[in-house]
Amino acid sequence: MAGISKDEVLHVARLARLELSEDEVARFQEQLSAILDAVSKVSELDLADVPPTAHPLEIENAWAEDEPRPCLSLDDVFANAPERDDDYFRMPPA
Amino acid sequence: MIDALRLTAEEAKKLLDAREISGAELFAAYAERDDDLHAFLYRCDDPGGDGIPIALKDVIGTKGVPTTAGSKILESYLPVYDATVAANCKRHGLRLLGKTNTDEFAMGSSTENSAFGPSRNPWDPARVPGGSGGGSAAAVSGGLAPWALGSDTGGSIKQPSALCGNVGLRPTYGTVSRFGVVAFASSLDQVGPVAKNVRDCAYLYSIIAGRDANDTTTVEVPEVELPTAQDLKGMRIGVPTEMNEADGIEPGVSAAVRKAIELAESLGAEVGECSLPRSVDYGVACYYLVAPAEASSNLARYDGARYGLRSDGDDFREMVMATRHDGLGDEPKRRIMIGTYALSSGYYDAYYGKAQRVRTMIRREHAEVFEKFDLIVSPTSPTVAFAIGEKAGNPLAMYLNDLLTIPSCMAGLPGLNIPCGLSEGLPVGLQLIGPQFAENTLFRAGHALEQALGFDVVPERLR
Repeated sequence: MAGISKDEVLHVARLARLELSEDEVARFQEQLSAILDAVSKVSELDLADVPPTAHPLEIENAWAEDEPRPCLSLDDVFANAPERDDDYFRMPPA
Repeated sequence: MIDALRLTAEEAKKLLDAREISGAELFAAYAERDDDLHAFLYRCDDPGGDGIPIALKDVIGTKGVPTTAGSKILESYLPVYDATVAANCKRHGLRLLGKTNTDEFAMGSSTENSAFGPSRNPWDPARVPGGSGGGSAAAVSGGLAPWALGSDTGGSIKQPSALCGNVGLRPTYGTVSRFGVVAFASSLDQVGPVAKNVRDCAYLYSIIAGRDANDTTTVEVPEVELPTAQDLKGMRIGVPTEMNEADGIEPGVSAAVRKAIELAESLGAEVGECSLPRSVDYGVACYYLVAPAEASSNLARYDGARYGLRSDGDDFREMVMATRHDGLGDEPKRRIMIGTYALSSGYYDAYYGKAQRVRTMIRREHAEVFEKFDLIVSPTSPTVAFAIGEKAGNPLAMYLNDLLTIPSCMAGLPGLNIPCGLSEGLPVGLQLIGPQFAENTLFRAGHALEQALGFDVVPERLR
């Protein structure tokens, strides 16, 4: 694993909706390269016949009756809103 | 006179029941102590009542009480409902002392990643209390709370308990509800107790464990038995070579753990060597792909839209990017990027897909060991508490703190830390791991060992 380029750092940050300063790009390029190099260790193993684990318990689907029950009031829902406009969250234009 | 440093929750309850102390006196005994350890991010006023006080890690949502997860992005967030575990505590009359410090979004092993500054180790304030739940561990050992709740993804309950010299349980995955708890890596996150002894730990676990309709990953839990046995007769204890002889385990840590294992044998346990050949070697790599991948998805919700910090931006996308730039610290940013990279087109199979298969291998290795043993033991942390700042500039060195706690987390297994001695005047933690739902076995073994070890949980400099 050769590490991660500056362009790749910027690409990944864009995918993750993270704005990065110049300084952060340089720092993260170095740190992420070292981390990716270390975690690449998983590719040493031949595990083609081993199924993946997404979840450590063998559990079945959990079903619930589709019945209405009390929910948060609108005032509670908007209590932490950065900007409320009537019954909407107000956003900058898309 | 209430000895906040020494009093267990069980003893406190007896004093309350006998009316030898009032609820107000008990609460004040903790609340009035100076928090020079920075264990708390927020301390509450006494809500009244006669229940035992408790501290909750600041990833646990508490109605009307700030819940920041150690992040600037949630600095002004006030939950409008209680997490199920917080509601369970309230239902048992437990009174909230405050919210304890944590690495940002529980990502770290020292609390140095908290946006609000690190906590300090009660045994030596120049050292870290471990993390991410260092605030809860420091509060319990520093006499600021009789017990506390933490959360554990790859060691965030067990490792701080080891470094601060108290008892911490990471429960079996699925036994404790995460509803209302700030999510980090959902296939790993578990809430669990931190206490001064194993009986308190077991009792607090019984309060929070159980199926919750609001968290569909939870299951029915076997009834919790408060441990009383003083011996380990009939208990088969495995000592995995790789976890006890791994590079980086300090000699003083090894020595204390070896002594505890010999003690277990003298208490009647059948002790034998066993092997987890690849779990230790590949555990950290597996964890630092799976956990960041899930974190990158979970932390996508911090977008400045509905709650939390919002920074200025000319359009929606710019606002989101600016908010996340300003509100998230370095560690969440690193993990979001590692996770995004590992899940991105072209890399998914080589990283995330591979890590999921390694996870299966880790589960199988553990299952095989538990065919022959009731539990396995190792050091919890390879080192005693390290100095604040020592590893802060090197994320990879920090990740290796979790070398011994991670494998069982990947397999969804319960793990208990008990203090087993001192090295360089600092606590050493013994990790006991059992098969899924074997909490009662861990409590029984932990209690018997604790009685025989006679470790004094009050930090030497505070005695």
